[in-house]
Amino acid sequence: MPEILDRARTQVLENGVGLDEADILAVLNLPDEHLPAALQLAHEVRMRWCGPEVEVEGIVSLKTGGCPEDCHFCSQSGLFTSPVRSVWLDIPNLVEAARQTAKTGATEFCIVAAVRGPDARLMKQMREGVAAIKAEVDIQVAASLGMLNQEQVDELVEMGVHRYNHNLETCRSYFPNVVTTHSFEERWETLRMVRESGMEVCCGGILGLGETLEQRAEFAAQLAELDPHEVPLNFLNPRPGTPLGDRPVVEGKDALRAIAAFRLAMPRTILRYAGGRELTLGDLGTRDGLLGGINAVIVGNYLTTLGRPANADLELLDDLKMPVKALSATL
Amino acid sequence: MTELSQSAAVAPWCDRCGEAAATGAHTACAAARALEPPRYCAHCRRRMKVQVLPVGWSALCVEHGATEG
Ligand code: SF4
Ligand SMILES: [Zn+2]
Ligand SMILES: [Zn+2]
Repeated sequence: MPEILDRARTQVLENGVGLDEADILAVLNLPDEHLPAALQLAHEVRMRWCGPEVEVEGIVSLKTGGCPEDCHFCSQSGLFTSPVRSVWLDIPNLVEAARQTAKTGATEFCIVAAVRGPDARLMKQMREGVAAIKAEVDIQVAASLGMLNQEQVDELVEMGVHRYNHNLETCRSYFPNVVTTHSFEERWETLRMVRESGMEVCCGGILGLGETLEQRAEFAAQLAELDPHEVPLNFLNPRPGTPLGDRPVVEGKDALRAIAAFRLAMPRTILRYAGGRELTLGDLGTRDGLLGGINAVIVGNYLTTLGRPANADLELLDDLKMPVKALSATL
Repeated sequence: MTELSQSAAVAPWCDRCGEAAATGAHTACAAARALEPPRYCAHCRRRMKVQVLPVGWSALCVEHGATEG
């Protein structure tokens, strides 16, 4: 057993203290033959500090495309020649999307908009949309609307949005290579306001943007410092027309090493499978990750791409004897 | 699927990359389409307004109407 895993067993599994950046890097650098042991340990950590339940979430795009920002991975930026066109979802269809999501047993429904931050029109759509969902569907509502000011934070709290997603996407040192229209610090400031408001902080990112393993470790350590309630982990799905459109996808074993490392960095967080897992991990790898530290999934489709059918994931959870977290357990 | 998307098999344009369907095999496009909605109208090559939903998607061409999947 490599020394790092021995140490992690005591520090993380027994004492609940996450690994620091140097140790995270050691896990990311583990040779293939030690990957099963790393995943096994990460799984034990998840079971010990989070339990067997899996949080299931659905997401929907309220406003797609035409974003003024330049996140180099994103097909919704209006600055690239991506084929994604701008479109708004109306409220009846938003409520229907929430209903379809709730039918899968999901407890979380996240409403997402491709914007730098919300304007008056988007906040109005949110106000009406969240109220309509709350009147008709039994599900918790989360939101992801870019950078916020204090009034908008307060307004979202008032609407009953219980969790806010705002991804840092990558580590501080690599961020300027991925986004030039706003800074890591601006994102951090929104996260700070969200945290202080009492909303749950959901913050993760995308692996495979061209960051080094050192930077991947840096990212996990920065997330651990933020200590979010939830960390969604995406793997780059290179989108046509974006600056990262020709990048290779993350290799499956590297993705699994990252899952184990992120879990060992953050023993108590909800670590969620988000976009790109179908491409990077396939069915077998998806299972390995759920047995290697992941304890939440996005089911169904993403914002501009499609996922596996929700049933495939729910059957897998059933197979793994991992209960879907019930709504009563989240309230 | 609607009638429109079924007839897209013989349509002139690739609904993923928007290039002529007859130019090349578009195998990568076909594989990618398993996890993506169409982006271009296969009949006229216009970019469509596409809404992805948790279950399914809909795509609208101003000229050829709506497709769902
Ligand atoms: S801010 Fe969001 S929607 Fe806009 S380009 Fe960046 S990732 Fe895409
Ligand atoms: Zn094509
Ligand atoms: Zn058309």
